[in-house]
Amino acid sequence: MKKIIELKNISKSFDGELVLDHIDLNIYDNEFLTLLGPSGCGKTTTLRIIGGFEQPDGGDVVFMGERINDVPPHKRNVNTVFQKYALFPHLNVFENVAFPLRERKVPKAEIEEKVNEMLALVKLSQLAKRRVTELSGGQQQRVAIARALIGHPKVLLLDEPLGALDLKLRKDMQQELKKIQKATGITFIFVTHDQEEALTMSDTVVVMSEGRIQQIGTPIDVYNEPKNAFVADFIGESNILDGIFIEDKKVRFSGHTFTCVDTGFKPREAVDVVVRPEDVDIVPEDKGMLRGVVTSVTFMGVHYEVIVDIGGFKWMIQTTDFVDVDEHIGLYIEPDAIHIMEKSEYSGLYGDYSSFSNELDELDAPVDAETESEE
Amino acid sequence: MKQSVQFRKGRGHHLLLAPYSVWSALFIVVPLVFIAYYAFTDNNFAFTTENITRFFTTKSNVTAADGSVSEVRTYLLIFMRSLKLSVISTALCLLLGYPTAYIMARSSDRAQKIMLTLIMIPMWMNFLIRTYAWMTILQDTGILNGLLSSLHLPNIHIIGTESAVVIGMVYDYFPYMVLPIYSIMAKMDVRLLEAARDLGCNGVSVLRRVIFPLSLPGVLSGITMVLIPSISTFYISQKLGSGKFFLIGDAIEGQYIANNLHFAAAMAFILMLILLVCMYLMKYFTNRHLYGGGEA
Repeated sequence: MKKIIELKNISKSFDGELVLDHIDLNIYDNEFLTLLGPSGCGKTTTLRIIGGFEQPDGGDVVFMGERINDVPPHKRNVNTVFQKYALFPHLNVFENVAFPLRERKVPKAEIEEKVNEMLALVKLSQLAKRRVTELSGGQQQRVAIARALIGHPKVLLLDEPLGALDLKLRKDMQQELKKIQKATGITFIFVTHDQEEALTMSDTVVVMSEGRIQQIGTPIDVYNEPKNAFVADFIGESNILDGIFIEDKKVRFSGHTFTCVDTGFKPREAVDVVVRPEDVDIVPEDKGMLRGVVTSVTFMGVHYEVIVDIGGFKWMIQTTDFVDVDEHIGLYIEPDAIHIMEKSEYSGLYGDYSSFSNELDELDAPVDAETESEE
Repeated sequence: MKQSVQFRKGRGHHLLLAPYSVWSALFIVVPLVFIAYYAFTDNNFAFTTENITRFFTTKSNVTAADGSVSEVRTYLLIFMRSLKLSVISTALCLLLGYPTAYIMARSSDRAQKIMLTLIMIPMWMNFLIRTYAWMTILQDTGILNGLLSSLHLPNIHIIGTESAVVIGMVYDYFPYMVLPIYSIMAKMDVRLLEAARDLGCNGVSVLRRVIFPLSLPGVLSGITMVLIPSISTFYISQKLGSGKFFLIGDAIEGQYIANNLHFAAAMAFILMLILLVCMYLMKYFTNRHLYGGGEA
């Protein structure tokens, strides 16, 4: 694969605060790459540096082998779909899409043809003469995409483009964006804080935190083989435990020695162990490798989310079998469900569900409101 | 009892509007009706259109610089002169004010505050005093010529010319042009400007294709707020024009002082109508430009 953009040792501070801490990243032709991380992790700044809206304090931005640090945005072969779209309110749908072509003095007939073609691609042909202020969020989104694609950029930057859409529409747009990317063959660099979105759409996921890249890999890689506790926690749900690597394919945690598939750590090395909630089987107490008491059960639709107290550490388990609160159960874990990571600065910060409440709070809120109105 | 219930049901805001409604009825609507009434009546308050026709038909002789005498329609000539000077002043205000507003809106918060204060401070001083100040600056032995002399440059005669009147108008009405444009530019979404750059616009193009069309409502209210007072001004022309340029404002004032209220009202009425039509046309064309999507 051909490298299209290289970020070499990029640093950036705002008001003395380091936002990007020596970032190195290669982006390849035809790739759908996602920058994923919580707000403030530097993902949007990275995108703005590629777009030319921010200058890096240190390091080089290389575009197709050429250093472009000092090239202004309008001379970069890169276009952006902005957060909240930034459509021109004084122009209608057609003119918004035609905007870059008119700048290049493309002949009228050609503009007409290209814009109509592009509007057909994003399914907005009937709305060409509409004011953009009269469009729904999803339609504005399509205009923004059409406007950014019409100049055939080598790279399209998308800054949380689906953030303002409701869930159903967001799912549809995810599929559609993926289709458009495949159809046009343009490299997409997509910024999001939504891990599910990142996993479903991307060829490559770049997980960022505190201005540093934590892991680069395919969605399957970052999910199954997270590099550290931050990645394991941010992508999906994880039980992260302190463990001791005994020898190849043997690891001890929660007072039990497990067979695993990992090799290559030092004997007696302290490690972080990740077990995904969906990989744990609930068995009768006497048959379990670990034993514990159920402290809460939440019905999630497809499965139950069960919190189990095992020697003071709260595990999350996702299961389709019903268990009751206060029930004593056993846990069975397959060797390939165990993933071992080196200790990092994030060890001990994540992966224990004792204080598990953030998502439950959100679910509880409407219920509370309902009871209140009944009173 | 019933009234208080209705009040609670949200008619409160209507009541809150009441003082303003009474105010505008008493001091805006009633005077306008009176102007129309006076314009179409004679001294005995009988209906007549004579005042209106008088505005368009009164003739007088003027002597040109070369000594030739010609007959002109007096009030139309005065009106056209007012229109010319106020349009020039408005254009100059726009020419100076637009870049000022643009630079202000792009400056740091601190610089914006300082510039805003500097533009507002002259407005705190009395209008007459400001005009007198310009007299001392512009007169033949004034500050401007003093400065030119000290630089060994030839003096200029400017007091009593149309240029002096225009300078006075531009100075007095400049803030009314800058402020509405600035307030629109300061609120403009930076991402729109970034989007324009992203889509291939250099600085000039961003200004021409995004900033300017989006700032048009501000430009329009700026033009309105400068054109209307400057077309009807009379004091500036008397002081800085040394009374040589009789403007429509001077004519109206003169008729009022001469206790000829009906003709004064007729002139005010005609002026108002012309301005209303101008404003309407301007608004119509701006709206079309804004939302017709027309670049093609």
